[in-house]
Amino acid sequence: MNLKTLVCAASVFAMSAGMAHADAHSNADLKKALMDARAAISKALESMGGGMMEKASYDFPKLDGKQVTVVSWGGAYTKSQVEAYHKPFIAGTGAKIVSEDYNGGLAEIKAQVEAGNVTWDIVDVELSDAVRACDEGLAEELDMSDLPAGADGTPAADDFIAGTLDVPCAVPTIVWSTIFAYDSEKMSDGPKTIADFFDTKAFPGKRGLRKSPKANLEMALMADGVAADEVYDVLSEDDGVDRAFAKLDSIKDDVVWWEAGAQPPQLLADGEVAMTTAYNGRIFNAVAAEDKPFEIVWDGQVWDLDLWIIPKGAKNAEAAKEFLKFSTSTQALADQASWISYGPTRKSSSPLVASYDGKPDLKMGPQMPTAPENFKNALQNDFEFWADNQDELNERFNAWLAN
Amino acid sequence: MTEASYHTAPIPGAPTDGQSALLASDGTPLKTKLRESMRVSRMRAFGLVLPLLLFILASFIIPIIMLLWTGVYNATYAVNMPASAPIMQAWDGESQPTEAMAEAMVLDLVEARKAKTIGKVASRVNRELSGTRSLFTKSARRAAKMEAPFLAALEKADKDWADIETWRAIKIAATSLTPAYYAAAVDAKYTATGDFEMQGEERQIHVKLFWKTIWVSGVVMLACLFLGYPVAYLMSHLPAKTSNLLMILVLLPFWTSLLVRTTAWIAMLQSQGVLNDIFVWIGITSDEQRFSLIYNLTGTLIAMTHILLPFMILPIYSVMRAIPPSHVRAAKSLGATNWTSFWRVYFPATIPGIGAGGLLVFILSIGYYITPALVGGQDGQLISNFIAYHMQKSLNWSLAAALGGILLAIVLILYWLYDRVVGIDNMKLG
Repeated sequence: MNLKTLVCAASVFAMSAGMAHADAHSNADLKKALMDARAAISKALESMGGGMMEKASYDFPKLDGKQVTVVSWGGAYTKSQVEAYHKPFIAGTGAKIVSEDYNGGLAEIKAQVEAGNVTWDIVDVELSDAVRACDEGLAEELDMSDLPAGADGTPAADDFIAGTLDVPCAVPTIVWSTIFAYDSEKMSDGPKTIADFFDTKAFPGKRGLRKSPKANLEMALMADGVAADEVYDVLSEDDGVDRAFAKLDSIKDDVVWWEAGAQPPQLLADGEVAMTTAYNGRIFNAVAAEDKPFEIVWDGQVWDLDLWIIPKGAKNAEAAKEFLKFSTSTQALADQASWISYGPTRKSSSPLVASYDGKPDLKMGPQMPTAPENFKNALQNDFEFWADNQDELNERFNAWLAN
Repeated sequence: MTEASYHTAPIPGAPTDGQSALLASDGTPLKTKLRESMRVSRMRAFGLVLPLLLFILASFIIPIIMLLWTGVYNATYAVNMPASAPIMQAWDGESQPTEAMAEAMVLDLVEARKAKTIGKVASRVNRELSGTRSLFTKSARRAAKMEAPFLAALEKADKDWADIETWRAIKIAATSLTPAYYAAAVDAKYTATGDFEMQGEERQIHVKLFWKTIWVSGVVMLACLFLGYPVAYLMSHLPAKTSNLLMILVLLPFWTSLLVRTTAWIAMLQSQGVLNDIFVWIGITSDEQRFSLIYNLTGTLIAMTHILLPFMILPIYSVMRAIPPSHVRAAKSLGATNWTSFWRVYFPATIPGIGAGGLLVFILSIGYYITPALVGGQDGQLISNFIAYHMQKSLNWSLAAALGGILLAIVLILYWLYDRVVGIDNMKLG
């Protein structure tokens, strides 16, 4: 089958999924639409061969003397954005870009908006934070019809994975995942399943975990034998939360907590931990760019979206909107995916992603969280569950940590 | 020269009311004249201090007052849900929700959705009862189409509206001036019926943390005293050349950035770090069982003691310098042993320095933040890390303010205690 046909088929499939939920505002619909579309995307990604170079369907305006402050998660992830978004944008528009790092959350945005001194112009946030920022009036509403069409001519509304454009303040860029990884040089017969992560008898050594209940509770339940599609049902019950904490308790004394996404590869490299949870792109980058012998275990991965939001009252909102349009265009998303293994959210980007920068043998498709091989036991982060329960669960998590 | 020194002795027989005592050349009483000229210089002095006063007022006093106010006052609900807030406040929290409550609620939900404030309100109520966030955003989407009877319409939209706990949570959120945050800061819960009850065991955290913070501060203070006192003694007794070198060794770290010193400790103490390497090399421990010296309470204690040491050494040193050596010599010449002359003569004279250093180190460490955040791991976190957490992550500024208020009260109580026991006038800061 020729590549273009396949991509077209994928698009049609995903489009129909999107249309079925055209007025989908409820989050359950959004979730289902996402799941449908994922299959189509991974198909296209899997099959992609050489990079077909088509002209990006975005024309740079002249923005000389303008400046945009772009805030993201630092490290290899920010580097992928600098290479794929910032550099071409600076070259094309003449604008200046100030790049800042943060560790997620809405606190800084809230502080800036409430103080009336918004210095961040565009911020990379997780889905639950995007929804919350929009609800709380911390982000500008965006006109999605402004987004450029895909390189193959598909209108933006159909080009993005169905349902992902439903947050009225945010435009999605990538699909990323929380996975766990280990150093294959130190562990020849390494862990295979998420249960192995919690098995310190069979696999002795310290564990790295993000200092947040998010993803940890889900992984603990999956390790305890809960099926991925039942995790949030179990977590909605009080004894389900108890069960997750009990599982975490079993490794608590062996845990090293990390906060920034750049820490886990470092912890692994330093031998501070035997295995650690991490964002999949960070581990990929350590392997691809630094030749680290790290191995990703995809079983029990928890995947999520990252989106751009423009904080309410951003000083350079106009230039930021141009940056947003460019960076979510087909070619820019595809370029980013060749720097780090996060899946692009535009269907038209998938066929343009080929191999890791400078390493033609390192195909990006099989590295993506959504690749079928990796996606056998995967769970989507339920942003609504977390928006509802994060106050209480954070509180309990902190109390659990301190006791 | 003071005002009083211009007065002359009263002349016998002359009127003593001061009115006609002395006159200036233009006939006004000298006292008035003097007061006028003094007023100018006093105004000038005040004018010079004014910028500092305004600065302190604007950057210190007012923020502290506002912060303390945030800890007892949160009007998010009352401002954004004006119709239902008074009705909810008036409700007793026991009887069944009424139609009037439901009607006001629907009205507010519609308006809040239009004004895009529903998310703020939902987040506020969600802090009282998890799950009400989606209840509010979902109900607000449907509220515009709801018709009387509203109570039934709400319950039809979501069965959680039939749960009295939902309404109780709303009542708590609707009350703007509330002790709820201070209650939460001491692990209690303020209920809709106006009672306090303790939180469940698995969620209690703040009281333990306050005690832990005080305990850590005490340990750091004592460690600084035991390490710092001999150093201060050497510095004040060695010949100038050696003591200057010692002084530089104390001051160099003092001048170095806090972050640099803390990260240096990470390099020293981590399991593949310098100290553990040495331990393995000399055989104190095996390569597999290296000590956990960092990312726990031990790391916090070590790094904090090192960082706060100069604050103990310098006040003690300045006091020791001022003790005449003749006192100890006199004690010895009267037959005191080395120990007696130290303990009964020298040591009491250094107490103002110990007091100053102790108070300084204790108060600094009770609010310490960066070091525990970097090297504390999970069990080395102090209360200030939780205040930062509620400011930065959970966005519960009111709870952060309440925790900060309690911390401020603890420091003031300590200060008062110190004043009663040692006397603040005895404190010497160098």
